[in-house]
Amino acid sequence: MAEAQDLEARFQARIDNEERIEPKDWMPDAYRKTLIRQISQHAHSEVIGMQPEGTWITRAPSLKRKTILLSKVQDEGGHGLYLYSAAETLGASREEMIAALHGERAKYSSIFNYPALTWADIGAIGWLVDSAAIINQIPLQRCSYGPYARAMVRICKEESFHQRQGYDIMVSLATGTPEQKAMAQDALNRWWWPSVQMFGPPDDASTHSARSMAWKIKRYSNDELRQKFIDQAVEQAKILGLEVPDPDLEWDEASGHYRTGAIDWDEFNRVVAGDGPCNRERLETHRRVHEDGAWVREAVAAYAEKQAARQAQQVAREANAGEAEQSRRVSRGREL
Amino acid sequence: MADTMPLYEVFVRARRGLEHRHAGSLRAQDAEMALQYAREIYTRRREGVSLWVVRSGDIVASQEEDAPAFFDPADDKPYRQATWYKLPEGVKNL
Amino acid sequence: MSLLDAVVGLADDALVLGHRLSEWCGRAPFLEEDLAIANTALDLLGRARTLYGYAETLGGRNEDEYAFLRDAPEFRNLLIYELPGDDFAAACARQFLVDVFDDLYLTELAASRDETLAELGAKCAKESTWHRRHSGEWLNRLGDGTAESHERMQRALEGVWGYHLELFETGPGETRLVASGVLPDRGALERRWSAAVHEAIRSATLDVPSNGRRVAGGRAGEHTEHLGIMLAEMQQLPRACPGANW
Repeated sequence: MAEAQDLEARFQARIDNEERIEPKDWMPDAYRKTLIRQISQHAHSEVIGMQPEGTWITRAPSLKRKTILLSKVQDEGGHGLYLYSAAETLGASREEMIAALHGERAKYSSIFNYPALTWADIGAIGWLVDSAAIINQIPLQRCSYGPYARAMVRICKEESFHQRQGYDIMVSLATGTPEQKAMAQDALNRWWWPSVQMFGPPDDASTHSARSMAWKIKRYSNDELRQKFIDQAVEQAKILGLEVPDPDLEWDEASGHYRTGAIDWDEFNRVVAGDGPCNRERLETHRRVHEDGAWVREAVAAYAEKQAARQAQQVAREANAGEAEQSRRVSRGREL
Repeated sequence: MADTMPLYEVFVRARRGLEHRHAGSLRAQDAEMALQYAREIYTRRREGVSLWVVRSGDIVASQEEDAPAFFDPADDKPYRQATWYKLPEGVKNL
Repeated sequence: MSLLDAVVGLADDALVLGHRLSEWCGRAPFLEEDLAIANTALDLLGRARTLYGYAETLGGRNEDEYAFLRDAPEFRNLLIYELPGDDFAAACARQFLVDVFDDLYLTELAASRDETLAELGAKCAKESTWHRRHSGEWLNRLGDGTAESHERMQRALEGVWGYHLELFETGPGETRLVASGVLPDRGALERRWSAAVHEAIRSATLDVPSNGRRVAGGRAGEHTEHLGIMLAEMQQLPRACPGANW
């Protein structure tokens, strides 16, 4: 018991000292669980997030936009992969995490339960959703858990173009034909509140916040981050000449912040609980893709097994003949 | 189980003259595919000129509980650092 | 056929295949492969855009007019590129056949007397060498994987077989461009292609199909039903808003 307390004290001292926790370090079970929950949720969000934008890759209205969108959605897949890898260092396998997603024991960002109905939604997602994501992610680069922090460094670097391409689409629509401008306004109307809700419930209603702050998994409160997003996005909407769909929105001179009208947390909770416009469809698509790929994954496993057996045989033969194994393409041996 | 491809660690040499640095991991069924996916995933933005992949399971790592025995003994040997030595005023090129 | 027509034909090949591969984004059997397919798709879309750009300098239209404002009969891509490939085995089978061809063709194109095409050939040959390495591995893994994957891959090869013959056909009027050293002689590549592909198929424990089918017509604008459906999706938005900038 004294030993456990000692370990925990040393762990917390490390965090307080701004040292990183690494995979092999002792850590409280709850820290490990919190991280697995958060990182896998983050990974699932990247992968599920490929769906709404992915439906527009084949319908992008110019070759330039098509190329940019494809590379962006591909990045999201990559980010999912970095994050799954980070979670795996905590002892959760990617298969377990995917099974938890399919079994609805793991969540993903609720924003992706809204549909991408028009091309302008691709602009709004890039501009608002990616801006919100980046505001959330920048502090995570200094998260106390090393592999998560390192994955976030890579992700933030790659993601810097994502919000710009979204805003760029919004600019082209807002300065385009009246139909295009209407399309842009409509997308802003639909994506504004869900984006504001991306930072989670107010601090006084947030269940995990205090402990995550003490562990430096989280460094700023939901309210602080949300406010930062609102202040940025309102100004950006002005430059587009679009109207933020909040009649109560006003500038508060005293605090130097924009104040929004009431946020509909009932809707947020309803969508998180599974009753958004696309919850079932997103999960169903993910399940189907996973099942469709099962025979391929089985094939690569079977092939690898056969190859390993063949190589073992060959090594045995060559050992008899006194020859060294030579690999054709993968150079083995001293590299340093 | 077919669904568990082994984990590989990816090391990227960013430029000639630099060492390979750990970039991240991926799953692949064998070395050739691991190398291909390392290229597809970790060098999309011209991050590298050379790649290593190594099965995570093949890495031999020191253990956290051994850390005191491994690393603390180096703590009391400051004489291995150049800055430990005091030089008389005006000495150059040392 | 003028140089312009030839360039548009090559651009259409790259666009249509790039689009087909882009359909895989988010649908691959595992994440690593998802990223790999997207890379190949991006290479091909980039190739298409370079070629359309060249076509425009030769007096043609701009890239988006080519891509979004032509109907299927005006597309000049070879039919093998437009086949759906929404089954992973079918996508891999088609990819391997065209990668081997592109690798050979683009390497020769790098020696074109047309400077722009030579430059493009040199750049894109490297891409196709990589694509071929990747799709070649899939041929092996699916052919020599499980009984199910073997059977799916064999069926996929049978399905695409015959469409590959169009790769070796010199189109109407192309002869002149071949004779003047601007374009590689497609027919002359068939022997090397067959040698490489047949060996790879056998080494993947699969059989070289022998269905004797011979499909052609792409360069003359005679397409399969698949292209029209693909274009309906791809072109819908720019056509609904004529004159808009995106």
